[in-house]
Amino acid sequence: MSFWKAVSLNFLRHAVAAERISGSQPARFLSYSSRFSRASRSSRTPMITYRTAKQQIWRQVGTPRSFSATARVQHGHITPPKPGEELNVSFIDKDGEKYDFQVSEGDNLLDIAQANDLEMEGACGGSCACSTCHVIVEDPDMFDKMEEPSDDENDMLDLAFGLTETSRLGCQVVMNKDLDGLVVRLPSMTRNMQASDFQSKK
Amino acid sequence: MSLQRMPYICARCTVRTYRALRSPRSHLSSPFARQRRHLSQPDQASRPFRVAIVGSGPAGFYAAYRLLAKVDDAVVDMYEKLPVPFGLVRFGVAPDHPEVKNCEEKFTEVAGSPRFNFIGNVELGDSLPLSVLKPHYDAILFAYGAPKDKRLGIQGEDALRSVYSAREFVGWYNGLPEHRDLAPDLTTGENAVIIGQGNVALDVARILLSDVDSLRQTDIADYALAELSRSKIKRVRVVGRRGPLQASFTIKEVRELLQLPSVSFDPIPRDLFPPDDAIAALPRAQKRLMQLLAKGSTNDPTTATKSWSLDFLLFPECLNWSPIFPYRLSHVRFSRNELDPTDPFLPSAKVSPKYLSSGKRAQIDIPANTFFRSVGYKSLPLPGLSDLGVPFDDSRGVIPNDGFGRVTVPLDTEAGSRDRLPDGSLISHLPGLYCTGWVKRGPTGVIATTMTDAFSTADAIAADVARSGHSLLNSAGEGTGLGWEGVRPEAEQRGVRATSWEDWEQIDRAERERGQRRGKIREKFGRVEEMLEVI
Repeated sequence: MSFWKAVSLNFLRHAVAAERISGSQPARFLSYSSRFSRASRSSRTPMITYRTAKQQIWRQVGTPRSFSATARVQHGHITPPKPGEELNVSFIDKDGEKYDFQVSEGDNLLDIAQANDLEMEGACGGSCACSTCHVIVEDPDMFDKMEEPSDDENDMLDLAFGLTETSRLGCQVVMNKDLDGLVVRLPSMTRNMQASDFQSKK
Repeated sequence: MSLQRMPYICARCTVRTYRALRSPRSHLSSPFARQRRHLSQPDQASRPFRVAIVGSGPAGFYAAYRLLAKVDDAVVDMYEKLPVPFGLVRFGVAPDHPEVKNCEEKFTEVAGSPRFNFIGNVELGDSLPLSVLKPHYDAILFAYGAPKDKRLGIQGEDALRSVYSAREFVGWYNGLPEHRDLAPDLTTGENAVIIGQGNVALDVARILLSDVDSLRQTDIADYALAELSRSKIKRVRVVGRRGPLQASFTIKEVRELLQLPSVSFDPIPRDLFPPDDAIAALPRAQKRLMQLLAKGSTNDPTTATKSWSLDFLLFPECLNWSPIFPYRLSHVRFSRNELDPTDPFLPSAKVSPKYLSSGKRAQIDIPANTFFRSVGYKSLPLPGLSDLGVPFDDSRGVIPNDGFGRVTVPLDTEAGSRDRLPDGSLISHLPGLYCTGWVKRGPTGVIATTMTDAFSTADAIAADVARSGHSLLNSAGEGTGLGWEGVRPEAEQRGVRATSWEDWEQIDRAERERGQRRGKIREKFGRVEEMLEVI
């Protein structure tokens, strides 16, 4: 009996999770792109892997996989760090709340933020074609340790809200050992050109 | 772990609930969902918050996304004129910018919510009056964008040949049904002139200058590819009435054009730029753009097959036609402008006409066989807006709002509920009516701008719900809260054939299949009838 209770509670947990996702929380594993992803992602629960596999079968039967000119970027999928090789990264959200994560080398900040449900959008799917994953590096020394942003990244940053001297695009910052202990701040997204005409109504 | 105190839940039920939630669309039509909706109706307090969003572009979708996340019981019905969603992401973003269209993935995720309904092929204000919606919704959000473009008001602009609106041209190559039959003739000569220096102008220039083969794998319309491969255009001039610092294009689009293979760029005269030390002192974005423009392209003009230029301080006066072939455009006459001498390098600097020492206006003729105007999009009031009491600011082309997207009316009118802002000033807004996107702030900005803007409007709606409950558009007890279910009979009576998200998914599949046969991402259906046929 208790086995079935455990099973049903387990199902319920997923049902609750699904409800939350369908309420459009930024949980990546239900995203459209996940249909293109491998079914063998290690960190997924059996139910979700089952669904991914089912969708793949459906895709194969229903529509052949289409050609895409864009490199479809795998986003929101991070690899769990190997013991002893964890890198520390912290995000400070716009309310000033700090979140610390241990991640592995090679993950980018957009993926890390989205995998952890932080409020960071990646409108272009991490292909350096928008400025929605703008982050601000807290420590200028750390900023200097990073590789120079490319022209393409700088072009996008030029359009970002609240651009600073140490701004980067989250999708272009890939974690490595030099960046262990990186702290980035998510800029406030509330800039609104006309809102300045009126005081906050709250 | 002790399970004894936890309530017993039948495993089969949890599976069913789970499946229902995981496959949201079937959930909506399942008897289970119908029963739940039926049960929820009589009780006003527990019924969902019904929102109608007019338009399915990025503004509408990002607002829906935020609203569904912030208001737990919000149910969004999104109305769209066409059977296909995504607005300018589908019909505006250039085909060679597929990465910008990746936001469609997010929109598709939003559409997967059981609290989201897509109602396509319904033209509000035309086939279905807006007033029909009012009793059934708690809030209406206008996100229908800017469906027209600004005109120059010069002689010859209305010519039937060789003169095009950039917006129509963009719609044409992107497969927008409205402009399916534009049929631009790009074979009349080598010279094209584009008036306006925004990103749309640069998109048009890039499409005209790109090697057609580089576009073949994109989702550009097939008929456009055929026409572009016949194009004789070799030289594109992008003309603005002010200087480089006042131009509204962004650096990415300029860089792309400068990097097009075998396309050369005419250097910009040095005196149009501020001195080097002044450039270095500019804000970062302007500084980088000026440096890029001053540097120009490295492509060798002697080996390049095509060329382009940015021409500044020119105002179009009239279009001139060939004396031999009266239907053939020969050149455009421009008047020269000069920048306000007090501070010519201010981004907001004004221009004035330049006069010769003889007292005549300085003029120049630029050869042109094809002419595009690209001086901005324009929003129009949706027919029937006034029935809801919603005003429209014709001069700015926006629905007047408080900056957060609440529709405002002048204080001296009776309508509207008054609010005192923290600074003491009074404001009068129409409860339950909101706007976002281009119809809220005018046709400027990139997708990130629209996203931020849509979030701010959705936050305003969420704040109003938190403050005043569901009775925003209709006073308590008056609204039916039925949403589309309430509107549907009226729509059917008028012969409107609404389409659903599943219908779009079918169209999507058919388009991708069509595309795959041609080695493209997708081949869009250029006509609404074709879209409806595959459903």
